[in-house]
Amino acid sequence: MFDALFVMALGAIVLGAALGYAAVRFRVEGDPLVEKIDAILPQTQCGQCGFPGCKPYAQAVAKGEAEINQCPPGGEEGIHKLADLLGREFKPLSAEHGIEKPKAVALIDEQTCIGCTLCIQACPVDAIVGAAKQMHTVIAGQCTGCELCLPPCPVNCISMEPIPESVENWKWKYPVIKLVAAQEVAR
Amino acid sequence: MSALRQLFRFNGGVKPAYHKEASTTLPIAVAPAPTRLVIPLHQSIGGPPRPLVTTGDRVLKGQRIGGADGNVSSAVHASTSGTVLGVEMRLMPHTSGLSALCVVIEPDGRDEWMERQPFDFHAATPTATRDYLRDAGVVGLGGAVFPSHLKLNAGKQGKLDTLVLNGAECEPFITCDDALMRERADALLKGAAIMRDMLAATRVLVGIEDNKPEAIAAMEAAAARTGDDSIQVVAVPTRYPAGGAKQLIRVLTGIEVPHGERSTDHGVQCFNVGTAHAIYEAIALGQPLISRIITVAGNVGQARNYEVLFGTSMRDLIAPCAPLPDTDRIIMGGPMMGFLMPGDDVPVVKATNCVLVGSRALFPPPPPEMPCIRCGECAKACPADLQPFEMYWFSRARMFGKAQEYHLFDCIECGCCAYVCPSRIPLVDYYRFAKSEIWAREVDKEAADQARERYEFRLLREEREKQEKAAKLAAKTAAGREKAAAALAEAEKPARTPEEEAKHALIAAALERAKAQKAQVQPENTGDLSPEQQAEIAAIEARRAEIREQAKPHLRQDD
Repeated sequence: MFDALFVMALGAIVLGAALGYAAVRFRVEGDPLVEKIDAILPQTQCGQCGFPGCKPYAQAVAKGEAEINQCPPGGEEGIHKLADLLGREFKPLSAEHGIEKPKAVALIDEQTCIGCTLCIQACPVDAIVGAAKQMHTVIAGQCTGCELCLPPCPVNCISMEPIPESVENWKWKYPVIKLVAAQEVAR
Repeated sequence: MSALRQLFRFNGGVKPAYHKEASTTLPIAVAPAPTRLVIPLHQSIGGPPRPLVTTGDRVLKGQRIGGADGNVSSAVHASTSGTVLGVEMRLMPHTSGLSALCVVIEPDGRDEWMERQPFDFHAATPTATRDYLRDAGVVGLGGAVFPSHLKLNAGKQGKLDTLVLNGAECEPFITCDDALMRERADALLKGAAIMRDMLAATRVLVGIEDNKPEAIAAMEAAAARTGDDSIQVVAVPTRYPAGGAKQLIRVLTGIEVPHGERSTDHGVQCFNVGTAHAIYEAIALGQPLISRIITVAGNVGQARNYEVLFGTSMRDLIAPCAPLPDTDRIIMGGPMMGFLMPGDDVPVVKATNCVLVGSRALFPPPPPEMPCIRCGECAKACPADLQPFEMYWFSRARMFGKAQEYHLFDCIECGCCAYVCPSRIPLVDYYRFAKSEIWAREVDKEAADQARERYEFRLLREEREKQEKAAKLAAKTAAGREKAAAALAEAEKPARTPEEEAKHALIAAALERAKAQKAQVQPENTGDLSPEQQAEIAAIEARRAEIREQAKPHLRQDD
């Protein structure tokens, strides 16, 4: 009887110690779910979702404080991916947060720019170079198209230019069956 | 030699009608000199070269007009001498029908070469040789246009076992490699020897499909002339796609290159025979890649192989072959893997091995696509040992992750699956669609990761700046406090010691003496004054005193 109790107690102590050690040793830093959601988000850092950046939105989604359909740059595909990840129902993009637009980059009209640096301060990814009273310009490759530089510009010299299709970024289209008129088939 | 070799086989493959006889009846001809050359800057895999010429420049034949952008890129050269009419966007030989940057040259008809110098690759380091080939614009001429200098790397072990030269040319209609091997076998094998030395390979295997007996004979004779028994010409069974790199390596060596690995990991490197010839011209003759042999075939009166300058319009190229009146399309490449051109006014580029003229009669429109009946014919035909039906379903359903799990990127787009499909499904179109979608997502993902990194760095920087500002402020406040404390301490200082007292007394005495001396000296113009002057001085002094009196409270405030 006592032997059995002793064995069980010993087992409990050993396993408890092992679990306690594992909890310390293999502690997971940060929330893995937040990281997963953040990986799906497009990292535009535009704030259209109502949060100051993609990560805060990811945290809010993980906590269940935000809906999954608040990210216009991520588009429908992003919502589908979030729905799959979180096991939630797909919802169409919420209209109050904006609409899905083709990817664009900011372009500064260098003739008009007065060098106020306001856009540099607004850019979340440091994609604008320039200095006070010097012309500014956008590093197109780093621009996420968040449009956050548009409102601060006092002379409205920034415009959004959609990225044109080129031989390099052209994509094969989804194969479709061409509809042909009956007489053409007969020919 | 060839009869004694043990050959292996790849799974799948098809045997389409070859249509190769028409273009091999006549020898290679030099294409008529074009009136205008449109040379695209981006003709190879890798970064688009930077233009090195501007409108109005005179260029010589072989002069570099586009410089390689980084190491994964390849230079572009003027195909003949003439004047640059512009560097502008022109229609590309690409299915998209989009334009890209091209150098437009008006030839002067003199065809004047720049200075050519052979390159002594034995004396140069391997890196220097590779840089030379990059600047000579040598790329793979089998159709993939991968920069050759990147492949001429002996790898980690420093040597390779086998160099495979691909002369299989399995695709219907195309005979440019056949013609090259028949007519320029010696030069080609000299190029092969250069490549063998660069790769430190022990043997060279030239694989040629056995439906080209003339080419095999010519190559064997040339190999015998070299007297080098490390070069062997091997006839391989005719079966499409025997000319795929992995398929040919498997047939010749029995090595099956696994998914995600390169053939060099297994001691084999594969080049097209045309590339070997281009390397010979670049190294031994000092001529950059400015032309290639191109088959014009299909719906033409006389099919033939031409040596064509890059930048020649396809319309000019096919004109002497008398295209038949019902011609309705131009295909770059063969009927299995070729690309439909957006028009006939596109230039010939390094990737153009064949200009296939098509018509409705020659290539009838495919019958309507039917549902997949899961017959598995495509899997039997696949030379890459894939499951085309699985990849088709997932590509069609836009489930790209699953399609990739079925190794979509091992697909060589040979078209065997679509060729045998009883439901006439354009399978390759689905794979191309899925591949380009996956690539686009990859690019987006990379951009997102970069944006995340930059955003996090910005947050970090802002935080750091805030802290630095706070630290500066704190330091300033602390310094002010210290000063006040020091002043307080000074006021509360105890009485002076006797030594200090003596010192002070000395200083005071010295000051007294100086004052007395000053008092003795009188300004010269102050003595001997008239009463009026005296009165004036007194009045001024009085005014000054009054002002001083008035200013006193203000001065105190300022203090």
